[in-house]
Amino acid sequence: MTFFLIFIVIIVVIGFYVVSLYNGLVKLRNQVKNAWSQIDVQLKRRHDLIPNLIETVKGYMKHEKETLENITEARSRAMGADSVADKAKAESELNGAMSKFFVVVENYPDLKANQNFLSLQEELTSTENKISFSRQNYNDQVLFYNNKIQMFPSNIVAGMFGFKEEVFFEIEEPKEREVPKVQF
Amino acid sequence: MWELIQANRRKSLLLFILMGIALLLIGSFAGAALFGGENGAMLGLFLATILWFILTLISYFSGSSIILSISNAKEVTKDVHPQLFNIVEEMTIAAGLSKMPKIYIINEAAPNAFATGRNPDNSAVAVTAGLLARLNRDELQGVIAHEMAHVVNRDVLFMTFAGVMLGSIVIISEVFIRGMWFGGGSSSRYKSKSSDGGQGQMIVMIVAIVFAILAPILAQLLYFAISRKREYLADASGVRFTRYPEGLASALEKISSNTVELKSANKVTAGMYIANPLKKKGHKLSDLTSTHPPISERIRILRSMSKGASYLDYQQAFAAVKGKKESIIPTSELKEEKITLRSTTDQPAQEVSKKKTQRDLGDLMMKVNNYLFLTCVCGLKMKIPPDYKKSKVNCPRCGRSHDVPLEELAALSGMIASTNK
Repeated sequence: MTFFLIFIVIIVVIGFYVVSLYNGLVKLRNQVKNAWSQIDVQLKRRHDLIPNLIETVKGYMKHEKETLENITEARSRAMGADSVADKAKAESELNGAMSKFFVVVENYPDLKANQNFLSLQEELTSTENKISFSRQNYNDQVLFYNNKIQMFPSNIVAGMFGFKEEVFFEIEEPKEREVPKVQF
Repeated sequence: MWELIQANRRKSLLLFILMGIALLLIGSFAGAALFGGENGAMLGLFLATILWFILTLISYFSGSSIILSISNAKEVTKDVHPQLFNIVEEMTIAAGLSKMPKIYIINEAAPNAFATGRNPDNSAVAVTAGLLARLNRDELQGVIAHEMAHVVNRDVLFMTFAGVMLGSIVIISEVFIRGMWFGGGSSSRYKSKSSDGGQGQMIVMIVAIVFAILAPILAQLLYFAISRKREYLADASGVRFTRYPEGLASALEKISSNTVELKSANKVTAGMYIANPLKKKGHKLSDLTSTHPPISERIRILRSMSKGASYLDYQQAFAAVKGKKESIIPTSELKEEKITLRSTTDQPAQEVSKKKTQRDLGDLMMKVNNYLFLTCVCGLKMKIPPDYKKSKVNCPRCGRSHDVPLEELAALSGMIASTNK
């Protein structure tokens, strides 16, 4: 009888433990989702700003049709992307197109004096910063969540209830990765 | 981050206890000397506690609005300075705060900034117009990150409380010493009538005087020591947010090279600014009697952070520059973290002429003061003061006549009236 009681107690304790592990995982997954939605807001904001930018610069940059088309294409691809990995890839391309564009802008002093352009440029810079700061937060959350899923004992609970690892949001930032070339 | 706040709390508690003891001691000594005997000491103790309690309550609930108003800070909307708004938004995200602080601009040419508010939900960041006119985007971001770090680390609340404690001690000792000057005669008359403890009363009197002179100085030194440490910590957290130490470093450099005086700062609010606005006085004793670490040192520490932007990197840079093993950051936060530095976001810096900076500064100040801007076809920007009454204005350069949008102007001046109340 006592043996049976002890058995019941152990089962109940394990049950509570599993529930708490499960709840912890759900909480973490929601945090990851929340962090992602913050990035998404900023990505959408950037996609909304780009047509305005193109409209503003079109008159000035008649000879840079290709650069502008590249941006428009990269934008529509980025808007069409669904999964986190696809979005990361598309956004990296968009980043590349944008940075090329801002290099070209240096050749147009008239444009750089245009108030409308300057305020759009400020909004874009800020949005890009916000993406990068919220990306950091998102990746921290994903790391934490993935660790929990892989580590014992929460990995058993994760396996039972189908918690899947999330993908990091990595954007190639050309300026960061570039190693300066040294020539002799 | 949470542990950092915890460690701050522990240290703050120790300082509070020390300052509290000083407050109670000076209260009781002053009471004993002024009113005489044990009852006098008790009365002094009671009055000191009441004074401290009232001042603390006031500063907790309306401290930040008092500080903002004596600093002549005005709350602004996004259209006054969009870049400032964007940067505060960015740093709100980077610091992980749930609510964006309110933004204030101080209409002065001296570059400086401070943060206030008892908790992150009730916080505000104030910057001077001179700061906005002189700094580029990265530098401004560095300064705002430093201020947000004060908000996140709860420095503001702590410094307010410590400041109130310091203020109470100063008030009591001042009242006591003045009371001695004016009421000294009468109290000695009382003494001679009940002169069974004349000798003892004399000793109490002398101790009280010595204490009244020493206590404010000691309390001030304690206050300064903690304040300096918090500046380093805010630099470290700020860099962790922006991942760009050079931004803050060159901002500090520009701020320290400034020669214009910040008129709206005083002894009480000086400790809150990013760089000491009253730097002219007390140059020699700066290490002990300054609320801020020497700027040159802060800059050197920031510039020697080459590997990353974590707290560990800052601590290492600090040790390398100072050459001693003082810990600035609680050990619990000193873990290996990979936070890569980022490169500048600004396009290659264009030489901004001094004249343009001056004009920008003037424009910004007028915008904060609710002037209306009209651009003429000839390119001249006209600034209409908020109390302008006529419906037409002529361009001073080409003479074209313009309609003044009176409703807009009225709305703006209505705003002034409501803020001036």
